[in-house]
Amino acid sequence: MAVQSSFKNMTLCLFAVCIVSSALLAAVYAVTKEPIEAAEHAKTANAIAQVVPEFEGDPVPGTVTVDGKEYSYYTVNKGGKPAGYAIMTSSVGFSGPVSLMVGMTADRVVYSTTVLSQAETPGLGAKCVEPEFAGQFKNLDPAAKSLKVKKDGGDIDAITASTITSRAYTKAVEIAVSVYDAIVSSAAQEESAEVEAASGIPQNE
Amino acid sequence: MGKIQLITKGFVKENPTFSLLLGMCPTLATTTSAINGMSMGLATLFVLVLSNMAISAAAPYIPDKVRIPAYIVIIAAFVTILQFVMQAFTPDIYETLGLFIPLIVVNCIVLGRAEAFANKNSVVDSACDGLGIGIGFTFALTLLGLVREILGSGSAFGFKFISGDGILVFVLAPGAFMALAYLIVLFKKVTAKKGE
Repeated sequence: MAVQSSFKNMTLCLFAVCIVSSALLAAVYAVTKEPIEAAEHAKTANAIAQVVPEFEGDPVPGTVTVDGKEYSYYTVNKGGKPAGYAIMTSSVGFSGPVSLMVGMTADRVVYSTTVLSQAETPGLGAKCVEPEFAGQFKNLDPAAKSLKVKKDGGDIDAITASTITSRAYTKAVEIAVSVYDAIVSSAAQEESAEVEAASGIPQNE
Repeated sequence: MGKIQLITKGFVKENPTFSLLLGMCPTLATTTSAINGMSMGLATLFVLVLSNMAISAAAPYIPDKVRIPAYIVIIAAFVTILQFVMQAFTPDIYETLGLFIPLIVVNCIVLGRAEAFANKNSVVDSACDGLGIGIGFTFALTLLGLVREILGSGSAFGFKFISGDGILVFVLAPGAFMALAYLIVLFKKVTAKKGE
């Protein structure tokens, strides 16, 4: 309350406050950058390990486009062959997106799922992380079971009073299955292209 | 006022939640469990102490007409620092509180203390005031979170003591209002007995 306000000192003061604040933030950012990245990396690695069968080496990241949307996934290998895919999908739940890491084995079975982030109502939708609900997606064969909640004529038991969250979770798994199909078909295309190139038959010269 | 009084007054007489009824938005929204309430309280405590100190140190040099923008920038800087630190070292809590961490910037308790106390008092007094109000806020949020968690989920600090669900409404928004209302009544009754 001490200083008379004038255009000059107001500008100078705000300028000084902003400079000092941004310098401080830059310093803290520099210090915390690595731990933040490490924490995120550990989280992803942890999520991958939870949803796919045993694997060797590091998961290989990749992206694939399905219906105009890009999805990231990680391929895990065992014995030189892909053992499974960890696919990141999300679907809109009751209060924001429900993001999942869905693990698929090489024979098109949902191995397991884990929630990456969700903001559903605690005590209701937030229960989707618990094994009672999420456990339904363990070793689930999408060819044998319908990926819809029972209310919509599917095979998934919804959480009591949280049908919207259950739908979102189920939808995200369903998306993961279609992403899996896209990954496999694009891998098959690449392979056949390689075979063609290797066989040396000239095409349409 | 002595330093001890400065701290204790934030706990009872000027308890931000039960007495001043400030900062209701994070109070109602984050107290779905005792742990969440406590984390939010501690995060606010941290910002409150640092911003109170910085503002009381800078106040003599800030022209009157731009004091609010200047305070907001200072508070926002501390909140962002807190955000980085939490993201780096306590990613789980950061995710639970998520949106409400950046919202500490506009928490009226923080700006309220800057305007009502820090800009007229010494740095040490302001730190004590921030500490007191922060502890009061943390206490209130933890208590509210605990009550809602016990009634709503049948657990306390994450330990479940009943099987199945509690009274679900208490983890939802209406339950927050109800639990808060009863706690305020209780708080008023207890403090009235002391002859305040």
